[in-house]
Amino acid sequence: MHQLTLAEIVRGLQDKQFSSEELTGALLARIADVDTRLNSFISVTGDLAIADAKAADARRAKGESDPLLGAPIAHKDLFCTEGVLTTCGSKILHNFKAPYDATVVAKLKEAGAVSLGKLNMDEFAMGSANESSHFGPVKNPWDTERVPGGSSGGSAAAVAARLIPAATGTDTGGSIRQPAALTNLTGIKPTYGRVSRWGMIAYASSLDQGGPMARTAEDCALLLGAMAGFDPKDSTSIDQPVDDYLAVLAQPLAGLRIGLPKEYFGAGLDPRIADKVMAVVEELKKLGATVKDISLPNLQHAIPAYYVIAPAEASSNLSRFDGVRFGYRCEDPKDLMDLYKRSRAEGFGDEVKRRIMVGTYALSAGYYDAYYLKAQKIRRLIKNDFVSAFEGVDVILGPTTPNLAWKLGEKGGDPVSAYLEDIYTITANLAGIPGLSMPAGFVDGLPVGVQLLGNYFQEGRLLNVAHQYQQVTDWHQQAPSGF
Amino acid sequence: MAIERSEVEKIAHLARLGLDEADLPRTTETLNNILGLIDAMQAVDTDGIAPLAHPLETTQRLRVDLVTEANRREAYQAVAPAVEDGLYLVPKVIE
Amino acid sequence: MQWETVIGLEIHAQLSTQSKIFSASATTFGAEPNTQASLVDLGMPGTLPVLNEEAVRMACQFGLAIDADIAERNVFARKNYFYPDLPKGYQTSQMDHPIVGKGFLDITLEDGTVKRIGITRAHLEEDAGKSLHEDFHGMSGIDLNRAGTPLLEIVSEPDIRSAKEAVAYVKAIHALVRYLGICDGNMAEGSLRCDCNVSVRPKGQEAFGTRAEIKNVNSFRFIEKAINHEVQRQIELIEDGGKVVQETRLYDPNKDQTRSMRSKEEANDYRYFPCPDLLPVVIEQSFLDDLRSKLPELPPQKRERFESQFGLSTYDASVLSASRELADYFEAVEKTCGDAKLSANWVMGELSSLLNKEGLEIEQSPVSAEQLGGMILRIKDNTISGKIAKMVFEALAAGEGSSADEVIEKKGLKQVTDSGAIEKMLDEVLAANAEQVEQYRASDEAKRGKMFGFFVGQAMKASKGKANPGQVNELLKKKLEG
Repeated sequence: MHQLTLAEIVRGLQDKQFSSEELTGALLARIADVDTRLNSFISVTGDLAIADAKAADARRAKGESDPLLGAPIAHKDLFCTEGVLTTCGSKILHNFKAPYDATVVAKLKEAGAVSLGKLNMDEFAMGSANESSHFGPVKNPWDTERVPGGSSGGSAAAVAARLIPAATGTDTGGSIRQPAALTNLTGIKPTYGRVSRWGMIAYASSLDQGGPMARTAEDCALLLGAMAGFDPKDSTSIDQPVDDYLAVLAQPLAGLRIGLPKEYFGAGLDPRIADKVMAVVEELKKLGATVKDISLPNLQHAIPAYYVIAPAEASSNLSRFDGVRFGYRCEDPKDLMDLYKRSRAEGFGDEVKRRIMVGTYALSAGYYDAYYLKAQKIRRLIKNDFVSAFEGVDVILGPTTPNLAWKLGEKGGDPVSAYLEDIYTITANLAGIPGLSMPAGFVDGLPVGVQLLGNYFQEGRLLNVAHQYQQVTDWHQQAPSGF
Repeated sequence: MAIERSEVEKIAHLARLGLDEADLPRTTETLNNILGLIDAMQAVDTDGIAPLAHPLETTQRLRVDLVTEANRREAYQAVAPAVEDGLYLVPKVIE
Repeated sequence: MQWETVIGLEIHAQLSTQSKIFSASATTFGAEPNTQASLVDLGMPGTLPVLNEEAVRMACQFGLAIDADIAERNVFARKNYFYPDLPKGYQTSQMDHPIVGKGFLDITLEDGTVKRIGITRAHLEEDAGKSLHEDFHGMSGIDLNRAGTPLLEIVSEPDIRSAKEAVAYVKAIHALVRYLGICDGNMAEGSLRCDCNVSVRPKGQEAFGTRAEIKNVNSFRFIEKAINHEVQRQIELIEDGGKVVQETRLYDPNKDQTRSMRSKEEANDYRYFPCPDLLPVVIEQSFLDDLRSKLPELPPQKRERFESQFGLSTYDASVLSASRELADYFEAVEKTCGDAKLSANWVMGELSSLLNKEGLEIEQSPVSAEQLGGMILRIKDNTISGKIAKMVFEALAAGEGSSADEVIEKKGLKQVTDSGAIEKMLDEVLAANAEQVEQYRASDEAKRGKMFGFFVGQAMKASKGKANPGQVNELLKKKLEG
């Protein structure tokens, strides 16, 4: 049963091939059995899940048919879940039972989904290896010596290992797409403002977006349809109807104009990944797409700009973790300053502290113009690159990551080399456009992802392209051996 | 722009992060590596480019002035480290 | 040496919205601790602000009232610092793009001259919570009910030259925000708070001296005392060869002195940057036009109208227009009796002293405008004299009647205007004072003048003040001459 996709589960539940209680029970047993090897869950909420599954079955029996009624999922542990531990992968929230539900959590509940628990992640979503979690690193099911990517590494590992059919994730600089690529999943970061950020613990507010991670584009369409939408509680949420993502999946690709940015295929890219990406291009051509070389000249500036803007916003967003109203408080603070300094020093991990320091520095008197303002100007250049590119193409295609999944601990001592892994994904966050990663084959038994970038609110188009590709290929159906 | 140890201490203080004396050299070095990466952007010509604070460049929607929140003090303070008589407790604030 | 004082004020006015600036919790004063602190106000992880439109509207009204430019594009910024009453570790405020730009306010000084005070800017921001220092086992308690209350911070130019001018300016702002209905002005509850930037310089010198900022002064009286004290301190310091340090000071009303707030002295670096959770607020011209058309008549216009329409002096007109309630009261009295001068005299005289004595606001006046107007009518139609009117007024204040007419009737205070009755009474008075009548008749004009008063007094006494004084005069003269 655990091999079923989310769409197949929805159909199976509808056809009463199995009940939500049976399915949920089976998956919980599998998590208990398998997750010790992956560490993908921080909290498994078995009792709640079984109760919700029973309730879903009862609603089904009464003739109700919400789109995800009884379908099991799990949430990245930065979505607040009322009464359930919400840690953000941090010691500073190790005891935080959120007193409310995030909008994404509430919407998925409303659609009938059953949450099995909370998924591991890089602390405060800062990282691309899932090694910075207070609750320990997550292992990649394709090779448990390797990282699953991050920061939504728990989501990626759990879905890739068939512990759950789909999960929520968030993406500030690639945190959905990069782990999806490294674990053979499909994941989409929607347009900024498409998915509500209410209850999604902030890393960098102007870059963060929630989105789905699953094995197929169809599952992502199903989940995103339930997650997306206007939310009056989020001032940056966009008041625009949500497209019917499932309806556009079947659209033929004839006439699709694909742009290949030359900067995405330059030095730093593993040539074996480049080959896989070009093979995808060939396949899409067969489906009727035309291909054009384009340029996104400011790509290389994205990393410095991102590593100013994200830490700057984070340094302010994370000030509320002060040991006063919630979360970790140090033992016996001798005065107020001691309370602040020790609670935060003991509660945050190294990478979080580094980014807070960088952000504090970038905003401090005398450096604001040279760092923060400069980065924002570059941000506009990057956005302008996309605006002109999308005048001539419908989607932009390239690799999701420059390298394959690396070994745990390999980049531990060198944050800068880990930052460079984000090169292809962060531009979408800086510009606010949607980006999707889908399976594109394997190199040395490790998954490779290809990234599709679309214009604002073109999530439907990206899912359509990925779905059509998945109709003629089976990379996405490959499962890691041993899981 | 390389930063000195004293600046690292100043930033850590602004951010209210306790620093371990022993870690200072390593922290300073790591921060300098990161700043080295960031400083590459100083070479970019951004003359006449307006800063972009927000990807969508839309405007703020406003909320109607209505009270819809009820008192949920008990639930909210259930997650607090120290409360008494409905107040959050902290080491004495000196004015 | 002659010194000149230079003062600039920052006034924080709590806007009287129902809900907070970024959350839907109530702003009511005095609730149980933390019962009006929502997820957003507590800075709970994952929460986001949504701006209250009423706060924006109120700020715009203020801007229009001081003839300021109102920014079409408004940006909220985060001011970052750690303090237990600041739950998010930053205050959402405005830095580079305040909602209200340069404007001005005219104030009337005690001698009746009008002075224009420049207003640099006014911006929207959220209030912080409160730290309570009662001893909780050596700890402080934090109440976040106030956190997120909308504030309009109004920053003046350094145009103010004395403590008295400062008070006049704060009173004018106080009146204005109350006219506009955007702030209740309750200083005791902290609805209007004032930071005073004070410096001194030798008279004639152009450069400003070093200023000290006195934080959170919360009454008109304390503003005057705190500034005067601080000016004195600075002058003495400089004259003794010392130097004023730029610092934040606190006024202690019990000791009548300011003291340095050392704990806040450490160099702050607020790291302002645009709040990424809030988008720019765009204010449309049509919105402003509509607001402008609905703006109430404001103190300066009202003062001018009182002068031209009612012929009042500048001073009287500015006293009566200083608060909306007082002006409304005065106009209601005038409307009832049709005599602006008498209305102004009674409102500023008897009524004001009564309210002062009882410690009441004009809205709580025991004598209604209609009652007072009705009473003035009776003065005008000679039913009562001015002297009797005071008795009627006191009776009304004591609730001894629902109208002047009722009091006059009940107490029999109506003036006697029947000539026959007056003549009869006068005859009795003259008969009782036959000796003085003889003397009067024997005296010359000059002396008679003085003596005449005696007979009037006797006559009024005999009539218990009710005889019409005009008639008494006339008839008495005739009888004495005769």
